[in-house]
Amino acid sequence: MSRTFSIGGVHPHDCKISKDSPIEIFPVPEQVSISMSQHLGAPAQPVVAKGDRVKAGQLIGRAGGFISANIHSSVSGTVVSVGELPDMLGNPAVHVVIDTDGDEWMEDIDRTPDVVRDISLSPQDIIKRIADCGIVGLGGASFPTHVKLSPPPGKKAEFLIINGAECEPYLTSDYRIMLERPEEILIGAKIMMKALGVAKGFIGIEDNKPEAIRRIGELARASYSEIEVVPLRKRYPQGGEKQLIDAVTGRKVPSMGLPIDTGVVVQNCGTAFAVYEAVQKNKPLFESIVTVTGDCTGQQRNFLLRVGTRFDKMLEEVGGMPSEAVKLISGGPMMGKAVSNISAASVKSTSALLVLSEKQTARREEGNCIRCGKCAQACPMGLEPFLLNRLARLGWKDELEKNKVYDCIECGCCSYTCPAFIPLLDYIRLAKADVLRIMRARPKK
Amino acid sequence: MGTFVITVVAILTVLGLLLAVILFFVAEKFKVAEDTRIDTVEAIMPGANCGGCGFAGCRAFAEACVKSESLDGFFCPVGGNAVMQKVASALGMTVEEKAPMTAVVRCNGSCDNRPKTNEYGGSSSCRIMASLYSGDTACKYGCLGQGDCEEACNFDAIRINPSTGLPEVDEDKCTACGACVKACPRNIIELRNKGPKNRRVYVCCSSNDKGAVARKACSVACIGCRKCEKVCPFGAITVENNLAYIDFNKCKLCRKCVEECPTGAIHAVNFPVRLPMQPEAFAAPGTTNKDKEE
Repeated sequence: MSRTFSIGGVHPHDCKISKDSPIEIFPVPEQVSISMSQHLGAPAQPVVAKGDRVKAGQLIGRAGGFISANIHSSVSGTVVSVGELPDMLGNPAVHVVIDTDGDEWMEDIDRTPDVVRDISLSPQDIIKRIADCGIVGLGGASFPTHVKLSPPPGKKAEFLIINGAECEPYLTSDYRIMLERPEEILIGAKIMMKALGVAKGFIGIEDNKPEAIRRIGELARASYSEIEVVPLRKRYPQGGEKQLIDAVTGRKVPSMGLPIDTGVVVQNCGTAFAVYEAVQKNKPLFESIVTVTGDCTGQQRNFLLRVGTRFDKMLEEVGGMPSEAVKLISGGPMMGKAVSNISAASVKSTSALLVLSEKQTARREEGNCIRCGKCAQACPMGLEPFLLNRLARLGWKDELEKNKVYDCIECGCCSYTCPAFIPLLDYIRLAKADVLRIMRARPKK
Repeated sequence: MGTFVITVVAILTVLGLLLAVILFFVAEKFKVAEDTRIDTVEAIMPGANCGGCGFAGCRAFAEACVKSESLDGFFCPVGGNAVMQKVASALGMTVEEKAPMTAVVRCNGSCDNRPKTNEYGGSSSCRIMASLYSGDTACKYGCLGQGDCEEACNFDAIRINPSTGLPEVDEDKCTACGACVKACPRNIIELRNKGPKNRRVYVCCSSNDKGAVARKACSVACIGCRKCEKVCPFGAITVENNLAYIDFNKCKLCRKCVEECPTGAIHAVNFPVRLPMQPEAFAAPGTTNKDKEE
């Protein structure tokens, strides 16, 4: 029996209809708008102005703080504007808009397809290169990778876990990259292990991707023996950091703790590939693999896409917006965000654009809680969503804190499983933000 | 059998009397002397327990009034000046007369004025909607229309009008307790002076967007053109962050700004209807076209 995390979880249908479409290179768009807030933390500061000529891979935004990341141009061309534009949620963010002209890359980027196996850089240089190339976690949260690879003093990493779970339905971008670039992922993992100074690495892959398990497993056994492939039993949210650590190592991240408290660093397999490209090929992160799929698109495809490509351009490529489409989601259906602005542009961590019909997205009328306890059973963090929802609606912040609302990972298992269709997560998320704000404002002991 | 019943009744009677005596003395010994004025004041209060005064209900307010030296800063928005006068006379203090206030919704983005750009399908709560994204129109400052204010109101004074999708305040019912002001995640509701004969002039927009952006999102947005600021003879209007604000303490209700506003974002309410200009006014030079009041 393959491993999995110990409590909670749900089993949504995996709908991986695009899994057999190989990664295609998306045509370079005529114009890109590159956001300066593509990562968790402070937005980057633009270093180009209107009229500047830029090449693909050129720095256009410098990290604006410790937790922040560099932003690079994804095309070559002329900067037409630097200013606020609405992002996919309609909230304003500073964007650099570039009109494409040819496809000239920075000279120091190695564009050959050869796999570079020798890791020549020292750990400090690796982390510096990752920071320079603006690598962020591609699993969804977009946490700057160089920060994650520099554990705080006094904490030591023992293992690196590469997250190949891809537990969200529909998404296949990680699966395709594991199939098509397995060796690069393993080298990327080795680079991060060297940076962290750890000797053992794992790759956790869910067992609905047997081909990826087989291919990476064979390669790892043949030439990367320090990395072990761990098949995991399919279950959502296996790709959550805390759940993956539990599934792979059996260690439990303490409440309010970080993975590093258990001696583990988790990185997504897309991030491992980006790290490989940055360190071995000197290529900044300006391309991402995006699945364009859904239950009503005629085509389901995986693209290698320039960061800053607009969502409407992606839709055009798969045959335009289907008439029955009612919702666009950036990311997976469980944790992704509904796109309200179709002319917004993709970011580094955009992993999918889902086009869903009424059938898949309709909200059912909310009923009464019958205390069946399904949500408590499904919660992978061991919380009681029915109670938190009630407390959140009442606004009882102290009780919410006592019931550990801050541990919520916002996976949505509770709302998914609720037979009364109560939007539990909506209320819990609000309460969590409020409670965390209060806790942070408190003087530290 | 008979003696048994009598014995039981006798024992219970004696026991009851004994306990009553003990309880009487204990009650006397541990008596908590409470200021009787609290009850008096509480009886005067309207008993809505809305919390609009800033205290946890009417009794808490009464207690605070009794303990306090003066009534400065105490005000019951539900009872208004009448109740505060009664409280003051009951406690032998004085209280300042406060101008009555009402809640004002500073958004006029109805479906006609502010076209929808997307369809919101989430939970019907403004707080949740605001936390998820910028809203279902191009304006990220305006009303979200999910009715958090309606739910927060204890007096049924604010209701979402289904035809416009905007909340409307019933000023006869509104007590200016401020519950809706706190409930609105967009901060579009403001407490303003009711004004003489309920006549008020206010800017019915909350958008801080630049003029062109605001105008594109909504046809009746304040575009921050500063025309009203210039025309106001009393210096009551200030424009900050592309949004005009009328200070109700300075406004003399002359309504020059209302005519000047190019988008009609400044509203004047409860003024008598102005009749259309009579053709004679043009025919006879020298006669002024005064407001004709009904």
